[in-house]
Amino acid sequence: MFIPCYVDALYPEVGVSTFKLLKALGLQVDYPERQTCCGQPMGNAGFEKLSEPLACTFDEIFAPYDYVVAPSVSCAAYVRLFHPQMLERHGHTCQASGKTLDLVEFLHDVVKVNSLPSRFPHKVSLHNSCHGVRELGLSSPSERNVPKFNKIKDLLQLVDGITVLEPERPDECCGFGGMFAVEEKDVSARMGLEKVRRHIATGAEYITGPDSSCLMHMDGIARRQGLDIKFIHVAQILAAGL
Amino acid sequence: MSTLHAKAAEEYLRHTDIVERHDKTFFGVRQKRDNMAQALPEWEDLREAASQIKKHTVSHLADYLQQFEENATRNGIHVHWAADAREYNDIVYQILSAHGVKKVVKSKSMLTEECHLNENLEQHGIEVIETDLGERILQMMHLAPSHIVMPALHVHREAIGDCFRSQGLMENLEYPNMPDDPNDPTYLTFVARMHLRRQFTEAQAGMTGANFGIASTGEVVVCTNEGNADMSTSIPKLHIVSMGIEKLIPDYASMGVFQRLLARCGTGQETTVYTSHFRGPRPGGEMHIVLVDNGRSQILSDPEHWQTLKCMRCGACMNTCPVYRRSAGYSYTYFIPGPIGINLGMLRGSRKYSDNVSACTLCCSCDNVCPVKVDLSTQIYRWRQQLDSMHRADATKKIMSRAMSFIFRHPKLYTRLVGSLHLARWVPSAMMKTPLNPWTYGHEMMKFPPKSFHQAWKDLKPKEDEQ
Repeated sequence: MFIPCYVDALYPEVGVSTFKLLKALGLQVDYPERQTCCGQPMGNAGFEKLSEPLACTFDEIFAPYDYVVAPSVSCAAYVRLFHPQMLERHGHTCQASGKTLDLVEFLHDVVKVNSLPSRFPHKVSLHNSCHGVRELGLSSPSERNVPKFNKIKDLLQLVDGITVLEPERPDECCGFGGMFAVEEKDVSARMGLEKVRRHIATGAEYITGPDSSCLMHMDGIARRQGLDIKFIHVAQILAAGL
Repeated sequence: MSTLHAKAAEEYLRHTDIVERHDKTFFGVRQKRDNMAQALPEWEDLREAASQIKKHTVSHLADYLQQFEENATRNGIHVHWAADAREYNDIVYQILSAHGVKKVVKSKSMLTEECHLNENLEQHGIEVIETDLGERILQMMHLAPSHIVMPALHVHREAIGDCFRSQGLMENLEYPNMPDDPNDPTYLTFVARMHLRRQFTEAQAGMTGANFGIASTGEVVVCTNEGNADMSTSIPKLHIVSMGIEKLIPDYASMGVFQRLLARCGTGQETTVYTSHFRGPRPGGEMHIVLVDNGRSQILSDPEHWQTLKCMRCGACMNTCPVYRRSAGYSYTYFIPGPIGINLGMLRGSRKYSDNVSACTLCCSCDNVCPVKVDLSTQIYRWRQQLDSMHRADATKKIMSRAMSFIFRHPKLYTRLVGSLHLARWVPSAMMKTPLNPWTYGHEMMKFPPKSFHQAWKDLKPKEDEQ
């Protein structure tokens, strides 16, 4: 398991759910304790040089495993899409990058889960995080003329009692974007507020998604604006009752 | 910690109703484009073909340019070459002054904006009239375009009515059934039409841009919805085309690919109302094409950014950009806004236009609407990596990134810090809301859990005897 830094610090229950899920599926799971961060925050801010040593360490830590699974689409995407070129600059070939997957794609594409013992009798509005949609291909991007699919929805629908809804503009960005949220704070807050309102308009009790950073951003805005909606990571729903 | 774009956006976002209308208008255009894309089963193949054709053309540009010049010359067109904006402005002025032109009508051309042609000709005493309605409104208001395809969509009709009245456009106009509303759209359109018709008849020269130049035939293709390019070239005897060298495509077969994409992506129409092919001068007239480089060869030699040359200026990346829709064109410091504008601005002057690089969440929506598959978000990511060496990086972001990287490189320190975050739960939330904590500007603070995952793992991990 790769439990990204901010999940480790702020959303440990997402890591716990991920672990329980993987265990329940009969997999041998380890959490190398030397892990920290994939480097994405610095890279997106324009300091990829500061991410390079982290990418090298990441590869060294995770190379021995069959798969690296992270409950965070943007971190998994950063490892998969950006680590190879960084390591190349250091004369290394990436070992871990290609086998690093987000939890949803791992369950959907590798384990091919088709039943879950979990129960979550609630209405949820699905937040399709940009890097999940457009970098990892978890769902068909609304911009493209490709057959419609959504791997997150497929998995959630295995959960007993759940109603999965999607907001208008189902894959428009929530405006988090790492340091974008503080550098372009007004645009970011406006995007987040509109996104939360569209989720609420579905009538859902929860907003759920495969990336806690989008959820963290929207949660902070919702609470500031006094909007009544709860947030939960997809892993927590899939593991509900385990 | 804010760029000029962020500051301008902050100001713009104070007017929530205007922002909402702007966002809805342009998202509406994006949806019309989506409908077009969904209606063509071969859509994604078209995009791939367009991308490949552009790649092929710009990587064989010298050959195609030569072929284009030979064929155009054979068609009786005068072809000129301009290395930069100054040469371009000089060439156009020379042609106009040789014909004693006092007034020029022109259709929309981003290239003339890029080279500041209008200001230049006006300094020489030549009157320049924009004939695209949006551009003409902005010209009378002394404003710059806020979008490359729908330049004045941010101006509402009350302001347009006031502008027309202040310019005296309504004087001596007979209009049957005068509406009660002085800013009635049909009435304003009539006023604009009568005004522009007078300009077409008075001008001694017409200028157009070029959406495409076809190498195999030596002709240019101009797409408009208003027919103003056709009016500009049908009345005056002199026609001057301004064309960036990247507008070239090989032949008619490739034209078919772009013709199907341009309007569908730009405005959500199957095709523009007018698609005019200009293959030579009118009888008794003269036609000139000025081929402009102005930095394009330089872009072609840049392995990280050459793909911007594939752009055909449809504006789809602006319409889909969630940041553009909520900050609008004037928040950007380069005259082309949105994802392609961020990149073109950096290529024009990386130090001068670096304030736009912040205007991107890296959501990658632009990459997926682009009809020629320019890797817009990847290029923005790359520009961000170069800001530090250009001394244009934000100091706060740099300190934050350095501190984070230091902590992340020391796992023991990191684990200890993450493990003690729960102490922050005892800090009153009011104390968190300081200007030193930019997160609390728009957000409530995160809730800190009692244990980090690192700590939770101690209880979760399989015991030695289990393994």
